[in-house]
Amino acid sequence: MSVPKALQMPIGLKVTTVGFVTCWCVIAAFPIFWIAVMSFKEPLDSFASNPLSVIFGPSTRESGKGLSVFDIIIGLSIIYFIYRFAIYHLPKWVRKYSPFNLIVIGWLLGAIFVALVVVLVFGVLFPPILAFVNGLTGFLGTPIIGFTTEHYLAVWAENEFYRNFINSIIVTLGVVTISLSIGTLAGYGLARSGFDIAFWILIGALIFRALPHSVLVSGYLPVFVNSAEYLRPILGEQAPTFYGQPLAVIMVLVAINQPFTIWMLRSFFQNIPKELDESARVDGCTHFQAFRWIIMPIMWPGVITTGLFSFLLAYNDFLVTSLLLDAQNQTMVPAIAGYFNRETTTTDQVEAVAAAVSITAPLFLLVMVFQRQIVSGLTAGAVKG
Amino acid sequence: MKFRVFAAFAGPSLLLMLIFIAIPLVNVFLQSFHNTQSIFETVEIETCTPGFGTQTCITESETRPVLGEDGKALEKTIFVGWESYRNILRPDQAWEAIKQLNWSGLMAIDFWKALRFTLTFTLISLPLVIGLGLVIAVAVNSLAKSIRGQVIFVSLLPFIITPVIGALSIRWLFIGDGILTAMLEWWLQMDIAMFAQAWTIELMMLFYRVWHVAPFAFVVFYAGLQTVNNDTLESAIIDGASRFERLRYVVIPHLMPLIIFVSLIHLMDSYRVFEEIVGFSSQAHVISLQWLTYDFLVPDESGNRSISRASASSMLTMIGIVIILIPLLRKTWKDHRARVL
Repeated sequence: MSVPKALQMPIGLKVTTVGFVTCWCVIAAFPIFWIAVMSFKEPLDSFASNPLSVIFGPSTRESGKGLSVFDIIIGLSIIYFIYRFAIYHLPKWVRKYSPFNLIVIGWLLGAIFVALVVVLVFGVLFPPILAFVNGLTGFLGTPIIGFTTEHYLAVWAENEFYRNFINSIIVTLGVVTISLSIGTLAGYGLARSGFDIAFWILIGALIFRALPHSVLVSGYLPVFVNSAEYLRPILGEQAPTFYGQPLAVIMVLVAINQPFTIWMLRSFFQNIPKELDESARVDGCTHFQAFRWIIMPIMWPGVITTGLFSFLLAYNDFLVTSLLLDAQNQTMVPAIAGYFNRETTTTDQVEAVAAAVSITAPLFLLVMVFQRQIVSGLTAGAVKG
Repeated sequence: MKFRVFAAFAGPSLLLMLIFIAIPLVNVFLQSFHNTQSIFETVEIETCTPGFGTQTCITESETRPVLGEDGKALEKTIFVGWESYRNILRPDQAWEAIKQLNWSGLMAIDFWKALRFTLTFTLISLPLVIGLGLVIAVAVNSLAKSIRGQVIFVSLLPFIITPVIGALSIRWLFIGDGILTAMLEWWLQMDIAMFAQAWTIELMMLFYRVWHVAPFAFVVFYAGLQTVNNDTLESAIIDGASRFERLRYVVIPHLMPLIIFVSLIHLMDSYRVFEEIVGFSSQAHVISLQWLTYDFLVPDESGNRSISRASASSMLTMIGIVIILIPLLRKTWKDHRARVL
């Protein structure tokens, strides 16, 4: 469709617009891109004041850790092939080999498979082969960009960051599953009932959403720390101390997330025509059966979107997890703050950068896969008011 | 839907919110008037040293915590009234400072310092976020369709990044002689230390917050722009409206509900400003209300948490939330009344 002449932009305005959007994109991506670059360099290069030496890393190169032209070409082409595979072939395989009702598990296995291939190729297979080939190729084989993965190794292996990673997975998975299963029920109930009380519940939820989380935590902390004493008369010697328990934190995060979840799911449910469950009721379904067999199958997009936002809340949380979990059960985000409060040497700082990039990488993948759902979630509450 | 069915559907969620949000709120309210302390007792101890002829005896009174059967110090909770609030607000000192127009005297009290920062931060970042979001949305909307997806992808990155990490990534660009500090120094030809004084840290925090939230405003406004009525735009053109006038009198009124929505969400969220303080490690210079509560909750050297003071500062923080919410609640109530009647 051609744009009407009157709506076409003059060339000057067009250039300004494109320039402005480019500028915004650079500003949006730059800090994230930059910490990724920093994390692969020796401390001296990472915190250099000249951007060129951060990118090329002269002192990292001098200590013999670098990438040659040859490495870069091979690496990029392999990344390209894996990307093509993940985009074009993997979906077909998943659909072909996983039974219909287990397709989620099929996707998970597929993702794990790709991750394993990446780790194997770049971690195990590559270094020895390339070291050998680089020796043969002369100029193409001499390192030109400083590059080292030692900080990642230090963070994940020596400092046992994988423990925090596992804790993060436990907490986020728990929060997402529980808050979705409770939230869909409540969202459906609120969307379909014409009661006055539903309105008041939603208003209450709005007020709860505005509360600072520290307010709630100061309500939990004394109770959680002393819970064993309070519960002893009822439960006897097995009375648990809630402080430091991942399960307690999961419940807290689910509750904090609940107001937002029910608002969002309710607005998705309202988009589904009422006639659908009414006809199911006429055919003899109970309310719950109509919900389970008629409404849920077409609600998946809304549930996935809401799940993404629950995931973000649980994964990104610092305040609740840092106050309610002890050191052994600490998740990734509070763990990194501990890192950098230490700040004894510059190596520690670069390790903190590497940890930060490790935390950001899954989020990056998440936006790549679920961009459309995130956008629809952001606008769902807003456009309908 | 019968009420019983509704209760069955909404029950679990409501129960959870009751246990983990409503009851803790009541608990915080009660805690703010009580204080838990170890019980101390004063005992007289007579120490005698053998001397020449007679013993020299000294009687000292010593204060020590009373130990229970299990060897732990006994604690008791007492009603202290407004004491915790007084400890935080320091009304005498603050009033003294106000009477003498002594700004730095007032800012020496943590609560007022935190309140000052939280309010200025919220109010300054609001127009920046709305403005930037609007400009990006309008600009992207005039681009070719094929590249809009990529622009949205890049824009979402600052929005989904973990707030603490986002703040850290900005901090690492500036720390020491980081590249951006070096660039500023070269440009302004002067020595700059970004982390040595409060106002530069606040500028970086503002930058971070706008960077983090503008994508949200942008995506919402962009979605709103897709529903602008083309006929209205065309008739505006026929009436001779310039590009700017069309934006001002057609597009912005159409987006107004969304602008209000984004403003409210932003007010609620930036009033809770907290992660910036952690990410920039700025507690020596700049603190916020939520950080104040957090700080009371973190155990001190001897492992004690000042729960009572944390509760009092939580209650004070909530007053602000109520003020922000009143206009919203009034509007919702009016809409609801209009629908019911």
